[in-house]
Amino acid sequence: MNSTWSRFNISSIVLGFAFLYLPIVLLIVFSFNESKLVTVWGGFSTKWYVSLFHNQGLMDATWVTARVGVISATVATVLGTLAAITLTRYTRFRGRVLFSGMVFAPLVMPEVITGLSLLLLFVAVGLDRGFVTVTLAHITFTMCFVAVVVQSRLVSFDRSLEEAAMDLGAPPVKTFFQITLPVILPAIISGWMLAFTLSLDDLVIASFTSGPGATTLPMKIYSQVRLGVTPEINAACTILIAVVAIGVIIASIANKRREVQRQLDEQAAQRG
Amino acid sequence: MTNIAATASSSTETAAVPTTLAKGFVNRLVIIIPYLWLLFLFLVPFIIVFKISLSQTAISMPPYTPVLDFKDGVSGFLAGFRELNFDNYIWLTQDALYFNAYVTSLIIAAISTILTLIVGYPIAYGMARAPATIRPTLLMLVILPFWTSFLIRVYAWIGILKPEGLLNQVLLATGLVSQPLVILNTYTAIFIGIVYSYLPFMVLPLYSSLEKMDYSLIEAAQDLGCPPTVAFWKITFPLSLPGVVAGCLLVFIPAVGEFVIPDLLGGSQTLMIGKTLWNEFFSNRDWPVSSAVAVILLLVLTIPIMFFQQAQAKAQEQGR
Repeated sequence: MNSTWSRFNISSIVLGFAFLYLPIVLLIVFSFNESKLVTVWGGFSTKWYVSLFHNQGLMDATWVTARVGVISATVATVLGTLAAITLTRYTRFRGRVLFSGMVFAPLVMPEVITGLSLLLLFVAVGLDRGFVTVTLAHITFTMCFVAVVVQSRLVSFDRSLEEAAMDLGAPPVKTFFQITLPVILPAIISGWMLAFTLSLDDLVIASFTSGPGATTLPMKIYSQVRLGVTPEINAACTILIAVVAIGVIIASIANKRREVQRQLDEQAAQRG
Repeated sequence: MTNIAATASSSTETAAVPTTLAKGFVNRLVIIIPYLWLLFLFLVPFIIVFKISLSQTAISMPPYTPVLDFKDGVSGFLAGFRELNFDNYIWLTQDALYFNAYVTSLIIAAISTILTLIVGYPIAYGMARAPATIRPTLLMLVILPFWTSFLIRVYAWIGILKPEGLLNQVLLATGLVSQPLVILNTYTAIFIGIVYSYLPFMVLPLYSSLEKMDYSLIEAAQDLGCPPTVAFWKITFPLSLPGVVAGCLLVFIPAVGEFVIPDLLGGSQTLMIGKTLWNEFFSNRDWPVSSAVAVILLLVLTIPIMFFQQAQAKAQEQGR
């Protein structure tokens, strides 16, 4: 295979990754710009980060976003996992086609439609727009992403393990928590992280479903971006990128560790 | 993200051995909880959107006249049926703005999808042929930008594409152009934005179908004297078709209703339906008309969405 990895292949990967990463790198670089002009380099400075922490509106929005993210990701993970189990384990029940449609459609549904429809629902049932409605909206669209992540893990799961446990007399619920859950846990964790990031990023659905007092960070960034590009926004974006990058790196290291541990266990089991 | 690629490719549902979870109560609860949630927060809202698209704008809160209300009992509900009006839909056909917005959105989404395919295919192909040891790293590098905010990634392009932005600075300094290029606030900027933001959605399904491919087929073809380009079009491309379809749908459908990209990069001169809906709702506060816009958009997208579902189901069947 090595011999077939031609110069063309390598250069297309390098160019592709340059295209993917250059804008983000530039954004980060210019957040350390002394000059107020975002595109002219005026020397290194961290003053925009300092002014960021004195921007009360931005800090409030960050707090709202973090709370919405944690709550919605957690609920969405539970619901999404249940949906994934339903999709893989129950192949026949009334309304299955509708159910799988409702799980897959939100993945591609334009956000303006989802946002508008949820808003009209909240108005129809008389729920005041604010923290609760944004959280409910985020649970709804992120749970489908969780369902797909967990489902792809469940599919490759060896069912004979469960059967063995139950043959040995373990009740189904216990089997789930002792056998199935540990195996699909990595997928559930990455599902949670995906849901959290999606919630963190969402502008359109939040703009429709949020009300006064529950301005999220993307909404705040968006309203400032409309007024013009500023280094302060670059600084805010850099922090957001750093938080996500650290999370992803920690998760992948943890994943690797688990993998190594599993291999060690298997070797030990074979020897014993 | 990976997940989408994974479902698009991987197997599912070991044929139903009698269920291992408890029959009965727990069993039903597992299905019912997510089912009801999606029913009430995904499906019912669409029905409400349709209902409100048939009402009229009113200066009140909420800003529309009630339609099909049960307040006056069943007879009132039936009377409401006779008063249903399709004025908002007629309005959409009379004002050329909406028709143009729909058509432009479809064209822009189609062109950007093809551009994303052209940009994404060599990347996915290069990844699939990379040494197996570095493939996971490459895969993570494609997924990583997806984890960073969509809004931020689009915002990053403003500083690059501006008339006095970085791209023009480079072009002017190298003498490639004598006048700064006007890219921001044009359709070109929208294309760049969509290709950039949706690239991972294209690369991942492509990669997962190219990775499974048996490359001895190509070697065989070349041994028999087939030129590489012919081998590509006769063997590689057809075999990667499921990935191509999945990737194109994952880019095309959301791109049609895209709001952030046309708003930030396209400026006020460009017209896309997602932005029209947004303005109708937030600037004009015309909820019934924006609902009608949403209903038509959903109808336009029904066929590609059904294709998407079918492609998912097919990929699952094949994986067995």
